[in-house]
Amino acid sequence: MLTWRSMRATVRTLRVLLTFRQVAPDHRWRCGLVPFPRSLSTGTPLRNDFFKDLEAKLAAARRKVADAAPGSAWSPLEINPNLPPERTDIVIVGGGVVGWSVAYWLKKKEGIRGGLKVVVVEKDTTYSQASSVLSAGGIRQQFSLPENIRLSLASADFLRNINEHLGVPNEDVVDLHFNHAGYMFLASHKGAHVLEENYKTQKAAGAQVSLLSPTQLQEKFPWMNTHDVALASYGLENEGWLDPWSLLNAFRRKALSMGVVQCCGEVTGFKFTSNEATTEDGERLELRRIKSVQVRMPRSLEYQPVECAVVVNAAGPFSAKVARMLGVGLGPRDTLAGIPLPVEPRKRFVYVFHCPEGPGLDTPFLIDHSGVYFRREGLGGNYIAGKSPDEGEEPDVADLHVDHQFFQDQIWPELAHRVPAFEKLKVRSAWAGYYDYNTLDQNGIVGAHPLVSNMYFATGFSGHGLQHSPAVGRAVAELILDGGFTTLDLSRLGFRRIAEREPLLESNII
Amino acid sequence: RPWSSSPASPPPMHRRLLLILTQRFSDFEVLLRWKSRMKRRKLLRKNHLFFLKCSILFACLLCVLRFVGHSEWFRADHKGKFNWDFLNHKDTPLEEVDMSYTIINYTGLSNLGTKAQRSLRTLSVRGCSEVDDWFLARLHVFQDSLEELDISHCPQITPGGLAALRNLKGLRRLDVSSLPRISTPGLVIILLEEMLPQCEVIASGYDHSLKPEEVEEERSQG
Repeated sequence: MLTWRSMRATVRTLRVLLTFRQVAPDHRWRCGLVPFPRSLSTGTPLRNDFFKDLEAKLAAARRKVADAAPGSAWSPLEINPNLPPERTDIVIVGGGVVGWSVAYWLKKKEGIRGGLKVVVVEKDTTYSQASSVLSAGGIRQQFSLPENIRLSLASADFLRNINEHLGVPNEDVVDLHFNHAGYMFLASHKGAHVLEENYKTQKAAGAQVSLLSPTQLQEKFPWMNTHDVALASYGLENEGWLDPWSLLNAFRRKALSMGVVQCCGEVTGFKFTSNEATTEDGERLELRRIKSVQVRMPRSLEYQPVECAVVVNAAGPFSAKVARMLGVGLGPRDTLAGIPLPVEPRKRFVYVFHCPEGPGLDTPFLIDHSGVYFRREGLGGNYIAGKSPDEGEEPDVADLHVDHQFFQDQIWPELAHRVPAFEKLKVRSAWAGYYDYNTLDQNGIVGAHPLVSNMYFATGFSGHGLQHSPAVGRAVAELILDGGFTTLDLSRLGFRRIAEREPLLESNII
Repeated sequence: RPWSSSPASPPPMHRRLLLILTQRFSDFEVLLRWKSRMKRRKLLRKNHLFFLKCSILFACLLCVLRFVGHSEWFRADHKGKFNWDFLNHKDTPLEEVDMSYTIINYTGLSNLGTKAQRSLRTLSVRGCSEVDDWFLARLHVFQDSLEELDISHCPQITPGGLAALRNLKGLRRLDVSSLPRISTPGLVIILLEEMLPQCEVIASGYDHSLKPEEVEEERSQG
């Protein structure tokens, strides 16, 4: 009997509670008094303050009215705010230092404010695997190809006046932590004539380099073992190393302040139109023109097709994957469409070690003739070293796992041979990064594809993308907006040499 | 800006107002950018004309010159008039140049380099606000002849630029006092002395004492 009555009581209270919930807001609004005498939850206040709630209610009502009025951004459909815009002028695939450099230069050359809409698509905004930030950060003019030398000189000019170019009002000054210590290439008897040839090319292009004999070398750098060195080439100016993260962020900050839109997403496909054309030889070509880029959001299946006029492929080691989405390389073998973009990721290790008796402030970025390189890092006796593995021994590129045995077997003996003080060193840490390795000739590919007329490449730099990024950005912007190269002629670095399989070799690749 | 980690104090009221207006209105942004561009252009123009032959603006130079074989210095006297006799020595090589507290920068140095490459023995750029690491890197053109260098009180020099002095093997006296951007002066001085063994490194104006926290740590440990 008692239970039956209590059950009925609970049912009644429940019913009233339910109705109370619907009625309560208006009720409280009108008189502020709780109609139901007994409160059934312990969380609510004993007394409801009319005026405290009044403020909140008025603000909420004001917001609702503002949203409902025309001109507000509110819509009943929930749109993901991270999606890129539906329509833009230029899409840059890849948010590394080259991509942001192109974005900055495009906005700089646009002519009128807001004249160009640029979107940079980057799949990983933490840059955990990006080549730009994992780089050793060196810049040198000691190349064998005049185009590379001129690119480095132009980039050094840019970096010298970086605050003039990339300074944003009311923000911190750009500090690249540039160390002007120069590069030094050592050559054995076999490579001495190549070094001398390169020296002549470099001097002709305007680089400040000097040649040193072994005795001069021993005098200048007494910590070095020069027994098997025939000749050394030493950079005097505009060479050294910088902090790649600062450069990337400087470009990014300036480009964002100029109105470039950044999108975190991955390019998964393109929509293009095709036109058939026949060459003089009777070969049928399929000319494609990109209409829109499909950008997929991270960790989701949602994608946005971005209509655009021009696409810049600055995706670094993954550029070939992007190019394949357009059919570059998927055609029949002996045709133009069958030639893939010869850029693939190659893993390179960088080891940080500490040596208390090592060379001092004047340590250059030394590159031995065996391929081992090292440079000073900071002022505390730390150094960075690495080596490009031989052709057959390339490490697996599936992840960025470091092989410490490589240091023990291949790098340390050479280091100890070159600098006797390095016999006693302690490896502090190491990391790995990808080179966007151009398998044809290890030089950058800058220019449009012959079959896809609105896709421009700025990739394949094989380890010297960072140092060329300002100049390459300017060159690509000139190509897109002016129709051709105006300051530096990089036509020899175009896709033509890939199509004709004529490598433009660079002998000084580290 | 209030969340910036730099130790500089916030700018005065009128400047802050100007910056707020710049962020809201594009006209202000254009005007500010134009103003900084004009300032840069003026600086560049003045530097271009530093040390050029027979330039009228030579007389307005604030620098002081001394030629080989002569013992008197050519400088502007208190009225601002320059002794034009130096033009008689147009072909004599320059030996000592004192450019303290001027606006000399990299471009100006390029002009000096072409004239005085083989003979310059003393160079002073004390307190020059535009002298930065790239300027020091350019000093390699004087590597055979330069014996004394004074780069004290220059606000833009960092240890990365001091590494560029490695080429000046003839240097006997180097003054690196009171460089604000060197955070570990003691270490840098030792490294400089190692890099240039025959050079006397003068570095005053640095506080080598331990910081208060470090002294307390020692006290608690010892």
